[in-house]
Amino acid sequence: MNKMNLEEYKGVFVFAQQVDNVLDGVAFELLGKGKDLAKDLDTEVTAVLIGSDVKGLADQLAVYGADKVIVVDDPELKDYRTEPYAHALASVINEYKPEIMLVGATAIGRDLGPTVSARVKTGLTADCTVLEIGDFPLAAGPDQKHNQLLMTRPAFGGNTIATIACPDNRPQMATVRPGVMQKIAPIEGAKANIIEYNPGFTPNNRYVEILNVVKAVKNTANIMDAKILVSGGRGVGSKENFKLLEDLAEVLGGTVSCSRAVVENGWLPVDLQVGQTGKTVRPQIYFAIGISGAIQHVAGMEESDLIVAINKDESAPIFDVADYGIVGDLNKVLPLLTEKLKAELASK
Amino acid sequence: MKIVVCIKQVPDTKGGVKFNPDGTLDRAAMLSIMNPDDKAGLEAALRLKDQYQAEVTVLTMGLPKADEVLREAMAMGADKGILVTDRVLGGADTWATSTTIAGALRNLEYDLIITGRQAIDGDTAQVGPQIAEHLGLPVISYAQDIKIDGDSVIVQRQFEDRYHELKVKMPCLITALSELNEPRYMTPGGIFDAYQKEVTVWGRNDLKDVDDSNLGLKGSPTKIAKASDKVRKGAGEKVTLDPDASVDYLIGKFKEKHII
Repeated sequence: MNKMNLEEYKGVFVFAQQVDNVLDGVAFELLGKGKDLAKDLDTEVTAVLIGSDVKGLADQLAVYGADKVIVVDDPELKDYRTEPYAHALASVINEYKPEIMLVGATAIGRDLGPTVSARVKTGLTADCTVLEIGDFPLAAGPDQKHNQLLMTRPAFGGNTIATIACPDNRPQMATVRPGVMQKIAPIEGAKANIIEYNPGFTPNNRYVEILNVVKAVKNTANIMDAKILVSGGRGVGSKENFKLLEDLAEVLGGTVSCSRAVVENGWLPVDLQVGQTGKTVRPQIYFAIGISGAIQHVAGMEESDLIVAINKDESAPIFDVADYGIVGDLNKVLPLLTEKLKAELASK
Repeated sequence: MKIVVCIKQVPDTKGGVKFNPDGTLDRAAMLSIMNPDDKAGLEAALRLKDQYQAEVTVLTMGLPKADEVLREAMAMGADKGILVTDRVLGGADTWATSTTIAGALRNLEYDLIITGRQAIDGDTAQVGPQIAEHLGLPVISYAQDIKIDGDSVIVQRQFEDRYHELKVKMPCLITALSELNEPRYMTPGGIFDAYQKEVTVWGRNDLKDVDDSNLGLKGSPTKIAKASDKVRKGAGEKVTLDPDASVDYLIGKFKEKHII
C-alpha cells in the first residue's frame, strides 16, 4: 500500500446511522466508546450524519457525547444505498482525515464499511467487541508504535479472539455490533456544533434504483433491550410450542427470543434471533430452552448476567456456559416452572 | 449470460481451530467445507443457468487443496473452475484478498459476480463489497432473492427490519445470504464429470493490474497483534432431577440471587 502521512489524521469519527430519519441506537453506543478513545488520544469525537433532511437529528448526537457533527444532507441520501452513502462517507474521510472511523456492524454498516475502507485504501476490522488505545506490536522494540487502535474481535464462529491493529494506514476503521458498547449518560440540553458538508452527488452506474421498500410488520419487541429473555431453540419442537415460553416470559415480564434454527424453520421472525447472524444480547437473565448451544449462538448471549439452560441432552454444549442447567424435558419443566413462579410472585 | 461465483473453502468451525506460530490460521490442519453463504450464491447462479443457459465459473483463492471446493461446485453444475493460489498471496486480510480476487476477475468476462455475504471463518462480510469497489461495479449485499430483468437484476436486499427491492444494470456484484435457497446436491454423474474437467490454476503473475504492495501478508493494512482461543466462563451447575425437583432447585437459586 502507498505510504500515508499518518500525522495528518486526527480525531475519532463515528458514523451516525439513521433510517427513516431516526438515529440507530448503535450511533449513541459508538459515541460512548468514541469518547473514551478520544480522551486517551487527547482529541475530539465527531459524529458523521448522512441522509436527507437529517440536520434536526444533530442535537441528539451532542446529547450522547458528539463534540462536533458533520452533516451530509442531500435528497440522493434519502434511503440507504451503497453508492451515494459510500461517496458521502469516503468524501468526509478524505476532507477531514480522522485517525479512527467507527461504524455500526449493522446490515448497513457491514456494506458501507468495506466499500468505504477499500475506497480510502485502509484496513477495516469487523464486529469488534473491544476497542482500546495501545501499542503495536505489543512487545517493545524499535518498530513499536504508540497510540494505536487495538481492535479485538471474535473469529471462527466465536472459537477464537484476535486483536488487530492497522499501524500504517488511516483512518483505523472498525465496525462494532449493536449492543456491545455503552452509551454515556445523556448531557441534557446539549446543542450540536454542526459542520455542513456536501461533496456533490452525481448518479452513475453504481447508483442502484430502489423499486420498493418493504418493511416487516413490527410486532416484536426489541430483544436487545430486554432484561429477561426466554429463548427457544430447535428442541422446542414447533411454532405452537413457543406458547410455553411466552407463558414463562409473561410471568417474569420478559421477552421471547430464539436461535437460528427457529428462524430457519419459520417459527419466529429473524428480529428475535440471538447469535452470530442475529443479535447480541446481554440481559440480566437468559433462559436457553431446547437450545443446544452452537458456538454461533453462544457468541450472541454469553455476556448475559445469568444463564439458565433447560435441555434434555445432558451433553449439550449450552451447559458449558450455563450458570444453572436443568437436564430434562422442557415440556414438563416449563409449565411447572411458570406455575410455581407465578405462585411465588403472587405471594409477595 | 456469464456468471462468476467466488467461493471459499473454510474450516468447519464446529471442529477445532489451529494457528501458525505467527498468529495466522493453520488452514491445512483443519477439516474443510464450502462456505455456506457461497454455496447459496452458487445455487442462485446454477438456477440462472437452468433458466437462461448462463455459463457459471467458480473462482476461489486458497491453498492448492481448495481445488476440492471447485470440484464440488462443478459436480453441482458449475462449468469451469479457477484456483488462485500462490505463496505470496498467503496471510492476506480482506483488503489484500479482495485486491487479489479483483485481479483475477479482470481476466474474465462476466455479467454477474456473486459472492457469499460472509465466510464462517472470518465472518467479516467485507470481501464481496471490496471486490466491487476495486472493479468499480455496483454492489448489492445481503441478497435474499435474485431475478433477471433484461440487462438488469432485481434483488431483494435484506436489512434488519425491511428489505429493499433494488434494480441495477449488469455487470454488478451481489453478495448472497444462505437464506436465499436450499443448495442442490452433487450428482454421481456430476462428480464424475467434475474430475474429468480441468481446473485453471493461476498464480501471482496471472493477476491483472495489481501491485505487489497490495498482496499477501505484507500488503494487508490490518495486522494481527495477538490471537488466542477464546476464554469462556466455566460451566455452572447442572442437575438431573424429576421435573418438580428441577423447578424447586431453580426457584431456590432465583431466591438466593434475589431475582424473585
